[in-house]
Amino acid sequence: MTDNRFFNRSELIGILVLAVFLVVVLPLTLDVFRLNLVAKYLTYAFVALGLVICWGYGGILSLGQGVFFGLGGYCMAMFLKLEASSVENTKIQSTPGIPDFMDWNQITALPFFWKPFNSLTFTIAAIILVPGIFALIIGTAMFKRRVGGTYFAIITQAVAAIMTILIVGQQGYTGGINGMTDLRTLKGWDIRPDHAKIVLYFFEVGCLFACIMIAQFIRHSKLGRILVAMREKEDRVRFSGYSVANFKIFAFCIAAVFAAIGGAMFALNVGFMSPSFVGIVPSIEMVIYTAVGGRLSILGAIYGTLLVNFAKTSLSETFPELWLFGLGGLFIAVVLAFPNGLAGIWGDYVQPRIDRLIASRKSKPDGWTDSSVADGAPAE
Amino acid sequence: MLVGHQPKEFLLAVEALTVSFDGFKAVNDLSFYVDENEIRVIIGPNGAGKTTVLDLICGKTKATSGSIQFRGKELTRMRENEIVKTGVGRKFQNPSIYDDLTVFENLEISYPRGRSVFGALTFTRDAAVRDRVHEVAEMIFLKDRLNMNADLLSHGQKQWLEIGMLLIQDPDLLMLDEPVAGMSVSERAKTAELLNRIIKNRSVLVIEHDMKFVEDIAHKVTVLHQGQILSEGTMEKVKNDPKVVEVYLGH
Repeated sequence: MTDNRFFNRSELIGILVLAVFLVVVLPLTLDVFRLNLVAKYLTYAFVALGLVICWGYGGILSLGQGVFFGLGGYCMAMFLKLEASSVENTKIQSTPGIPDFMDWNQITALPFFWKPFNSLTFTIAAIILVPGIFALIIGTAMFKRRVGGTYFAIITQAVAAIMTILIVGQQGYTGGINGMTDLRTLKGWDIRPDHAKIVLYFFEVGCLFACIMIAQFIRHSKLGRILVAMREKEDRVRFSGYSVANFKIFAFCIAAVFAAIGGAMFALNVGFMSPSFVGIVPSIEMVIYTAVGGRLSILGAIYGTLLVNFAKTSLSETFPELWLFGLGGLFIAVVLAFPNGLAGIWGDYVQPRIDRLIASRKSKPDGWTDSSVADGAPAE
Repeated sequence: MLVGHQPKEFLLAVEALTVSFDGFKAVNDLSFYVDENEIRVIIGPNGAGKTTVLDLICGKTKATSGSIQFRGKELTRMRENEIVKTGVGRKFQNPSIYDDLTVFENLEISYPRGRSVFGALTFTRDAAVRDRVHEVAEMIFLKDRLNMNADLLSHGQKQWLEIGMLLIQDPDLLMLDEPVAGMSVSERAKTAELLNRIIKNRSVLVIEHDMKFVEDIAHKVTVLHQGQILSEGTMEKVKNDPKVVEVYLGH
């Protein structure tokens, strides 16, 4: 009855548990500062979700997702920055009406590629299309020539490095190493106060669930099974009449668009965008979130992202020097001991026990009604 | 070939086919023709270029020179998935199936519909798909294993599954690379029976070492040696060819 093109029964339960956790439990238990932190972490969950499709299902490891996160984030930030740079806000500049960093870099007119970002409609389209088309170009260039595996990962990493250098180097157009700061309003609505942060948090969670639904649809379609088939026996898929390259390009583009939406959410929720979320290190961290959560699990990737980021925040406050070693160690441990991450642990150890518990209660006449699925763990 | 002979009456016409890997000619000026509804077996010692010939026909390896015509279409210039769409199916030497998917899903992926990205997204598992999968599963002796993960199958069953994945494509030319290698005696007999059943309305090109099996199924045998044809004809003729006995059967 509940089986459809999006989810089966147990997945529906998992999605509902996540929804209750994000929509009810966290907003009720956390203060606005902490909730905004969760909003920041969840922007990476978009990236992790894309990596589940691209890396988990398709077997295409991209170490450059930060590029797409950055493209989406910068598109959003450009719109917000333009709105914050109205003539009256910037009248002390030598050229009023342009972003402050341009003025500092002796730029006297708004560059042509900035102008369309005065429109919110254009900005929303650009958040999807710019990274989508960029991924299409990289994907076509690589996959049509059968570049894959490690080589592809290294190339994406090079792209991430190039992108960072480009952004930092073109300070007058991009804000350089500082990024775009002091973002204030969205169509006149101030995004900085507490109540705005709460609204933006719920908006982000809504977008995240929309992306989860898209991911679920892909996973349950034949395309999802072809991705798995391709990961295992690429030649067999090719000689069954499929253009393997096109499917890889699709998976890579979807991952890029998800990452870009996450980046745009980052600019909105955190209020700035900088090259430190574009380069190699953040890109690899995003892969670690996915690996810890379980690269085959859509929901696992989201819990993994939250968990690693909570750990990062609390541990890096206490042991700032050790944190990076901890993160590296965690990645190695997960890959060696639990290749399917948290979701794998859940599926192998926790779920069977719950099933047994429910089954034993079901056999008693009166009551398994109080049995509940534990919160905060990947239910898949 | 005689001048003026129409190559079109052949299903597959391979002419002057050569492939060279860094100067080593794995297949050297090879020509042969396969008729409609013919079972052709290619035999020959290791390194004779048998698998390379199949690789060339299905597009896995690009020819250095020569031509491969399939129903009048030149295959050497086409991409692999286009060659499949013209009606050429290929089974690999090691069973090449999707371990993480069920037998049903393995067969479904090979069903010739929704092969584009958008087609695969909107593909629905309707009655036509289900009936065809069940029909093929029955043929390949896996009817009661449809919901099993493919990695749990035995080696022989995996071979059958891959043959089934080709059958569901309904190719006009079926190419099998050592279909009974590693099979038990009873599995081998069943495979021969299966092949004899599925060759109706199609041609089959088989590479095989098992001479008993070759005798059972072959209409015509081509013996390859060092990338060239050593002998060609009926099993009887080939078996008595002194050159063949010397380089291959005599061992």
